[in-house]
Amino acid sequence: MTDTATPLSTARPSMALLVTLQRNRLSWIGLALIAAIVVMAVFAPLLAPHDPIKQNIIDRLEPPSAEFLLGTDSYGRDVLSRIIYGARISLMIGFVAVAIAMVVGSTIGILAGYIGGLFDQIVMGVVDVMLAFPTLLLGLMIAAMLGASLENLIIAIAVTEMAPFARVARAPTIGLKEREFVAAGRVLGFGPLRIMGVHILPNMVSDVVVLGSLWMASAIRTEASLSFIGLGVQPPTPTWGGMIREGFENILTAWWLVVFPSLAILLTVLALNILGDALRDAIDPKLRSENAA
Amino acid sequence: MSASPAGGLQVRHLTKHFRLGGFFSGRRQLIQAVTDVSLDVAAGASVGLVGESGCGKSTVSRAILRLTEPDAGEVSFDGTDVRRASRAVLRGLRRRLQFIFQDPYSSLNQRRTIRQTLEEPLRVHRLGTRAEIRERAAAALAEVGLPPEAMQRYPHEFSGGQRQRIGIARALVLGPEMVIADEPVSALDVSVQAQVLALLDGLRDRHGLSFLFVSHDLGVVRHFCETVCVMYLGRIIETGPTRAVLDQPAHPYTQLLRDSSPVPDPARRLAFARNDGEMPSPADPPSGCAFHTRCPHRMPVCSERRPELKPSAPGRSVACHLFD
Amino acid sequence: MSEPVLRVEGLQSEFRIGGQWYPAVRDFSLAVEANETVAVVGESGSGKSVTALSILGLLPAVGARIARGSVIFGGRDLVGLSEAELATLRGDAIAMIFQEPMTSLNPTMTVGDQVAEVIRIHRGTSRKAALAEALHLLEEVRIPAARQRLHDYPHQFSGGMRQRVMIAMALACRPKLLLADEPTTALDVTIQAQVLALLNELKQSYGMSILFITHNLGVVAQMADRVAVMYAGEIVECAPVAELFAAPLHPYTEALLQAMPRVDRDSAALHPIGGQVPPLTAMPPGCAFAPRCPLRQPQCERHPPLVPLRLGSGHSLRCFVRAAMESAA
Repeated sequence: MTDTATPLSTARPSMALLVTLQRNRLSWIGLALIAAIVVMAVFAPLLAPHDPIKQNIIDRLEPPSAEFLLGTDSYGRDVLSRIIYGARISLMIGFVAVAIAMVVGSTIGILAGYIGGLFDQIVMGVVDVMLAFPTLLLGLMIAAMLGASLENLIIAIAVTEMAPFARVARAPTIGLKEREFVAAGRVLGFGPLRIMGVHILPNMVSDVVVLGSLWMASAIRTEASLSFIGLGVQPPTPTWGGMIREGFENILTAWWLVVFPSLAILLTVLALNILGDALRDAIDPKLRSENAA
Repeated sequence: MSASPAGGLQVRHLTKHFRLGGFFSGRRQLIQAVTDVSLDVAAGASVGLVGESGCGKSTVSRAILRLTEPDAGEVSFDGTDVRRASRAVLRGLRRRLQFIFQDPYSSLNQRRTIRQTLEEPLRVHRLGTRAEIRERAAAALAEVGLPPEAMQRYPHEFSGGQRQRIGIARALVLGPEMVIADEPVSALDVSVQAQVLALLDGLRDRHGLSFLFVSHDLGVVRHFCETVCVMYLGRIIETGPTRAVLDQPAHPYTQLLRDSSPVPDPARRLAFARNDGEMPSPADPPSGCAFHTRCPHRMPVCSERRPELKPSAPGRSVACHLFD
Repeated sequence: MSEPVLRVEGLQSEFRIGGQWYPAVRDFSLAVEANETVAVVGESGSGKSVTALSILGLLPAVGARIARGSVIFGGRDLVGLSEAELATLRGDAIAMIFQEPMTSLNPTMTVGDQVAEVIRIHRGTSRKAALAEALHLLEEVRIPAARQRLHDYPHQFSGGMRQRVMIAMALACRPKLLLADEPTTALDVTIQAQVLALLNELKQSYGMSILFITHNLGVVAQMADRVAVMYAGEIVECAPVAELFAAPLHPYTEALLQAMPRVDRDSAALHPIGGQVPPLTAMPPGCAFAPRCPLRQPQCERHPPLVPLRLGSGHSLRCFVRAAMESAA
């Protein structure tokens, strides 16, 4: 006598992220800041008051004024406009580098975790060696080897960030591999690719994505550092790190050349960290309890 | 090994030992989880596999399907050698020989809807057009007594009993002939357990399914299985028709197991026979008969030589020196 | 008749869900006499564990509360007591053992120290004296090689042995009342038989009462003198054990007994109970079991009280239909 009319509970929409945003005021600030910076980058041509690469020797090294809100640099270029355009580069580098690192690193981590055995030990050995390098040093080595350009910078930063993603992807894979629904998949004839891609990956993607936000902040900092050393994007393309480098010579007399790009980096990194924390709060307890229930 | 009867499962001398520790981590240990297990499940039959934790029954169930690879032994289903099957042959076998898991809370992928969970096996095995797959999945869901609205939902929206039904639907959607069920009702309340057992009863009758039913609950096994195999520390120590084995157990361990199972009848309070001692570790099994350390009928030979599983009566076998 | 060891009257415990308070246990009244084992049996969602926690004031501080009722023990109402006062009682006059011994024992303290700790806190003895007493207790619960095992850690014990350690800790101060919340559910059946036998023996020799909470009717039949059956937060039937099993009156008790497959008898057709336990947030106003009850009648829209069948019989029932049938008989 089975029960044909088993009543179902009313469906509960999964709005964990919005709930967290509602509850956590600070996350609003993070989200707003990032949104503002993205908007600024996207609409740069409309927002920038001046051409960022047009040199104007007459007005070089002007302090902040009505015409040049954040002053001009040693070539007479408007700092504000360069910062606005610089957002494009920084955000793009940060995003693309982290995306590459996330995809490649997670794949390595999942494969290592799923296959296990000697493969896992060897791969994780290499990952651990990479993790042992200070991020900046590793990025420096790779950028120096490849040469300074936008593409190489992205590659260098991506490589430095792969190892953490590999670690973060491997741990839940090992746990999930033992879960009964994975065994069920194998019993039903699913191959390892399907199991890794369809069953294991979605169950840990939240952990990885949260890390992505935090590592994007790190990518932007690394880009700034590498550009500061001169291994980044070459002038005249404006990047925040490059601007600090150029302004460094005149730091005692033209403080605005260094302070404003630094503030831009600071705000972006801060916003990304706040957002990352908020994402982690949103993802963690809700879905953890759903997974446990 | 004689050819298995049509549609039947034959397991011979199945062995699985786990190596723990070793070079870098901890003491080297050999967990003798399953040793020399042989059993048959004829088409349409329900065979119970009982024992307490550590006896190896779950490992047997998984080794048969190669969820964990056996170390030795033969497994054949309807004449096909399962152990040596290639990936393609194994895939075909997966459609005919399915598995129901114990834990309703981890046997379903939380991120997939019920529809995705039920349709995926059909899609992977390419069993029909999209419309046909949809229909088959819907039919499987209806057979386990859940309403069609359940298709869009996620597992966390269901109770334990409902999730177990979904797991059963998933096992049946490929149309198997035989199902291995590893403690399918142990995690459920009594009333829900009865619902799911009734469901399994109905499905078995309707589809002519055979079952290998792994459980620690003798009452459930008595209800569901005509034949039972009792395991202790990795070996089968008694087999026979369930009723006979439980009413007149031959092996002293079966007797202990039966006597320890509480009966809902206060007039039959257990004698609480002097039963001290615990299951030895599978990493360090006792010499001779594994049960001799706890056996009230222990004889000198029991610690020296391990008894073979031998017929003791028509249809019944026992591994005990008392019957030698 | 002497005063019962424990008397619970009209206990109602509530949880806050989504901003509103919902009762998980309602109208719970039960008395436990000296040297008596009373079993509280129910499935998940019946409220049996919440009841035990409420008695000892162990409900979570946030989101749970005892809304009304009294728990009289040793002449005092435990409901009003402060945490400090309750702490002196717990482990001393009232002890509790839980289902999962691994999480109830401190993994970083030796077993001997944990048992001794209970003794020192409540009796104030020296460490040496407490350890000696702990050794004696470990021997009483029949842990082999107790002298050596005093210095072992919980993870070195098997499940059954850990449960015995818990029992030793619970009995350290000779409590008058032992609350046992599913103490054998996580154990193998042969180990369960050992632990239940041990509990019975110790109950005799220590002269204590046991409030035994379980979902397993077989265990109830083995251990209990009296049984209270819970459904959806209420006691629906309460009777001496022989009577409950021989002639269950509440439709839920009946259904539960018929749904259990037995090892000693063939149960050709199990009769499952259709439907599910109503959620806390959607409890029907009348009889909670009515939606699933084969005997349902219009009068079951009203909420039935728990009434004794015949004066002095000790058999109470919460059912209009059956109560009427019994009094007509």
